[in-house]
Amino acid sequence: MELLMASAIGLMTAAGLYLVLRLRTFPVILGLSLLTYAVNLFLFASGRLAVNMPPVLRKGVETYSDPLPQALVLTAIVISFGMTAVVVMMALGAYLTARNDDVTLPPEDDATREGEA
Amino acid sequence: MIGHWIVVPVVLPAVLAAVLTLAMRHHIGLQRVFSVAGSVALLAVALGLLGHAGTGAIEVYELGNWPAPFGIVLVLDRLSAVMVVLTAALALIVLLYAIGTGWDARGRNFHPLWQFQLMGICGAFLTGDAFNLFVFFEVLLIASYGLMIHAGGARRLKAGVQYVIYNLLGSTLFLFALGTLYAVTGTLNMADLALRAAEIPAGDSALLRVGAMLLFLVFAIKAALLPLHFWLPNTYAEAPAPVAALFAIMTKVGAYAILRFYTLVFGPDLGVTAALIDRILIYGAILTLVVGMIGVLGARRLGRLAAFAAIGSMGTLLVAIAGFTEASTAAAVYYTLHSTLAGALLFLVVDLVRERRGATAGALVPGPRLAQHGMITALWFGTAIAIAGMPPLSGFLGKLLILDATRHMEAVWLIWAAILATSLVAILGLAQAGSVVFWKTTDSADSAGTPPAPQPALPLVACFTLLGGIVALAVFAGPVMRYLEAMAAQLHAPAAYIAAVLGQG
Repeated sequence: MELLMASAIGLMTAAGLYLVLRLRTFPVILGLSLLTYAVNLFLFASGRLAVNMPPVLRKGVETYSDPLPQALVLTAIVISFGMTAVVVMMALGAYLTARNDDVTLPPEDDATREGEA
Repeated sequence: MIGHWIVVPVVLPAVLAAVLTLAMRHHIGLQRVFSVAGSVALLAVALGLLGHAGTGAIEVYELGNWPAPFGIVLVLDRLSAVMVVLTAALALIVLLYAIGTGWDARGRNFHPLWQFQLMGICGAFLTGDAFNLFVFFEVLLIASYGLMIHAGGARRLKAGVQYVIYNLLGSTLFLFALGTLYAVTGTLNMADLALRAAEIPAGDSALLRVGAMLLFLVFAIKAALLPLHFWLPNTYAEAPAPVAALFAIMTKVGAYAILRFYTLVFGPDLGVTAALIDRILIYGAILTLVVGMIGVLGARRLGRLAAFAAIGSMGTLLVAIAGFTEASTAAAVYYTLHSTLAGALLFLVVDLVRERRGATAGALVPGPRLAQHGMITALWFGTAIAIAGMPPLSGFLGKLLILDATRHMEAVWLIWAAILATSLVAILGLAQAGSVVFWKTTDSADSAGTPPAPQPALPLVACFTLLGGIVALAVFAGPVMRYLEAMAAQLHAPAAYIAAVLGQG
């Protein structure tokens, strides 16, 4: 179980980092999503791995799973979901106005907005 | 009794932003009135909190009345009070500029996003919980994404996407750091973290050190410490000017977090993490300072010049923070006050110039004579003095305090050489830019004949208020430094903070 968890987190982080380093926005966004999955699993694991154990105090139960990381993960999921939506919209906007989906900015001298003299 | 006032700097902008969006989204006039009124109220509350914190009391506000460390707490001490006041004052002045120039009407939802941004910044300064700090970071970031691409444009959107990607990576790193810390200590309350971290035996401290280092990386990204500064130049140069001016406080949030965490949680007395970041921070900060000021000299556009000036000022600031002594902390916060106002002023003046130069805009090539040429030139001159740290403005005093505070550090000669030499480089860069823009004007006969169009007064009022703030900071340096020295003493004796948060236990 530990090995499965650790390798899942490691693999997703590695794949996410690789995709983030690409030059097109779509793979970059995919990479960011993979990274957030990895970090969510990591947060779960930070409360120790426990299967089939109640998170709430109850009579007659000796071992518990830690409820706090579950709450943290929930917050992290909500935030990363919102952030992914924002970055998708902004990337779409950039694609539609600039007619390409490169992550890099064009050289300054080509800028039409500032207008080179 | 301070009661619920601590939470007001968070709740007021949040409620106001919702009202602005829901009730008056199509009415820019009403939005302006309410946004300014809200900012004035925020400043008033912040000043009240500052007055209270000035007595030396550390006030704790338990959200939902859950006692720490189980619930989330907001903590008001001298440092957080002064940062909230700085935020509120800067936001009010820059908001007036945005309204005066009409920047706020060039896209939609400027004012609600502005208020959400304030909520995030104030919350980050006030919170006493590490995960809550992450949440407020996200609040201020998501508002800043919207503000960054305000008014649109292809280059601005591209720069915005870069900015978002970089910061999402930073947020992921933040979560990894928090997960590690929680796994080791079992708490995320900052005061409780400090206690638990001290109990960890040296043999088991590897994960704690990893957590502390990851956290430092996150804050270094926010503070634009080299080599993690890559998000800053494009973002600040392409952002709308009032937004870039407000962003002057955002890098300071990173510096604040470093100061808070590495005095409270991983303080100099904590054996296992002692000397973990000092050296990295000093040399990184010197590098930041040097590269920033060389960037000022080498910039071919005014926007990038201002962005690199912001990087350079962060370098100076982080050198002072790296000292981790009372004197250097006080000097660092004094320089924070100065560099926030000066950096914001530089972005606003650059915008005034760009708007008046027509097609030449921000390029550093000879352009037409500006409307109100003398006034703008004088403003540029004052701003340049402040940025470069020349007497008589507060930049000079700030640098002097930093030089004095770093006297006993081992890298003192390197620090002194870097600060003094880069001041000269900055003067050269700013003088060069100023002489191209203001002296080498290409006056044509027809432009001299027509009377200049009347210009709105409010932007100039805002700029001169910022300049006045810098002058006031120099004139009242005595009382300000007395407060800041008390603040540094409070910060370097975290026992009082911990006792206040965790109750008498």
